[in-house]
Amino acid sequence: AGDGSGPVGSAAEDGGPAAPQRVLFPPTFSVSEIKNKQRRHFMFLRWKQQQRKGGGGPARRPLPEGRRLGPAAPPKAIPKTIENQRVYDETTVDPNDEEVAFDEATDEFAPYFNRQTVPKILITTSDRPRGRTVRFCEQLSTVIPNSHVYYRRGLALKRIIPQCIARDFTDLIVINEDRKIPNGLVLSHLPDGPTAHFRMSSVRLRKEIKRKGKEPTEHVPEVILNNFTTRLGHSIGRMFASLFPHDPQFIGRQVATFHNQRDYIFFRFHRYIFKSEKKVGIQELGPRFTLKLRSLQKGTFDSKFGEYEWIHKRREMDTSRRKFHL
Amino acid sequence: SSQVVWDTLGNRQFCSYKITTKTQNFCRNEYNLTGLCNRSSCPLANSQYATVREEKGRCYLYMKTIERAAFPRRLWERVLLNKNYEKALEEIDENLIYWPRFIRHKCKQRFTKITQYLIRIRKLTLKRQRKLVPLRRKIERREKRREEKALVAAQLDNAIEKELLERLKQATYGDIYNFPIHAFDKALQQQDAESESESDAEKEEDEEDMDQREFVEADDSDLSDFEDMDKLETSSEEEQEEEEEVEKKASHSKSKGKTPLKGPARRKRPYIEIEYEEETEPTSKTKAA
Repeated sequence: AGDGSGPVGSAAEDGGPAAPQRVLFPPTFSVSEIKNKQRRHFMFLRWKQQQRKGGGGPARRPLPEGRRLGPAAPPKAIPKTIENQRVYDETTVDPNDEEVAFDEATDEFAPYFNRQTVPKILITTSDRPRGRTVRFCEQLSTVIPNSHVYYRRGLALKRIIPQCIARDFTDLIVINEDRKIPNGLVLSHLPDGPTAHFRMSSVRLRKEIKRKGKEPTEHVPEVILNNFTTRLGHSIGRMFASLFPHDPQFIGRQVATFHNQRDYIFFRFHRYIFKSEKKVGIQELGPRFTLKLRSLQKGTFDSKFGEYEWIHKRREMDTSRRKFHL
Repeated sequence: SSQVVWDTLGNRQFCSYKITTKTQNFCRNEYNLTGLCNRSSCPLANSQYATVREEKGRCYLYMKTIERAAFPRRLWERVLLNKNYEKALEEIDENLIYWPRFIRHKCKQRFTKITQYLIRIRKLTLKRQRKLVPLRRKIERREKRREEKALVAAQLDNAIEKELLERLKQATYGDIYNFPIHAFDKALQQQDAESESESDAEKEEDEEDMDQREFVEADDSDLSDFEDMDKLETSSEEEQEEEEEVEKKASHSKSKGKTPLKGPARRKRPYIEIEYEEETEPTSKTKAA
């Protein structure tokens, strides 16, 4: 009654639907609650006119604090993200760490980083690969320079490894297949280097990528390694880096990216062009896939007797949502 | 009574070992010799029956006779067969002497098949075996979801672009790309701080040139044609053409990548427009008039 009488009273004074003044309706008032049709209609028309004028009615959503208060607004709070809240890993590499630098100078990748060896890569699959895997291997070999694809006809890995070493291969990639899609990757650095076993997911071949460019050319691409912070991540990053020849050819304008986010390593292959000095355009060529590290072994591939540096143990390592290992 | 058994179970009523398909009837009984549901191969409907079965790689001959029909526990008699194939066949013959031909024949056939598949198993275990690891559905789903969220959080395109721009700034690309303003500014700052060197002298010349913009444009444009230069000097043409030419020259200079020109060229363009507007308007008006 209190809500209704005010405006109705003013309506009576005005004498019917005259030009309405600016009446502020209390915020709990709603035109549809009036039971009398004539009055309701009248109120609605008045409300409509006020809306058209741009005022009255219940207050619209207020502007955000920054625009409302201007410089007096409270400072913007930093939102919490999983990366912010990440549990601090004690094996995080400090860029100035001498011990890490010393280790890296003497580990298995030192000859690569000292430019003594040129990477030569053998790509193969598990037994009887299906079409998708085969095509993926081909595309991968175009992306990685100086790589060869050989099919495995039932050969044991342990036997082909000495042959590879004899033929001067530096790395071995085995793509495991399950139900016609590639789902695993074993990356082994050959002259008894570490072996990393990944689970591979969301593989997209070149034809499935939208807006892709032409084929990757023969130029040596650049390599970007993002977010490999811990010791483990560092060694994996070096492993990826040692796949590509050391001197990229900038004419080719191709870049291969390994981006680590929350223990998932995303691989992308792009062609870039600098439109201006502050803007760069990238175009995705090449296959894309994501990897998740399952185990890192010290020697070459040996599932029974190998010495494991790191295995993903679900019960111990997956307990916290904020803890990542790479 | 075996006939009675067959009449009820085999043909008419329900037998729990029987499996019917469109073309055949099978018998699931473990003592069945052939695996089919027949009058002669049903172990329930024959009071004298024999089978060959294998357990843990060793083959046994099982026999059932009428005399033991009342003692279910002792019904099936078991004989271990020799590991040697031929000797085992002889043993089957010995044990099943005077038995119906059908059962003897089928026993030997079954024994042959069993030995063959045992050999195959032994061969396969020597080769590489595929280890089947069962997937856990909950974990697979969890991993997939986390991967999607990580992908969103990664903002890959931005990260890659940022990294590339960083590398450009740190001059890892050398002299391939020419985006001089930034470098130009830096260089200017460096000059102010440092003493004069040859590069400084050049840049100071450029700075002087920038002050005298009108003339410099014509002088410094080594790239453009002499025709263009003449046109500019005389400046007797319409604004637009001149502006276009200036723009063309600027773009030429950009494409050919001469560093000292671009900065001043860019800054000159607005100035040029203003000056030419002032100059040529009265002339054009006079011309039109």
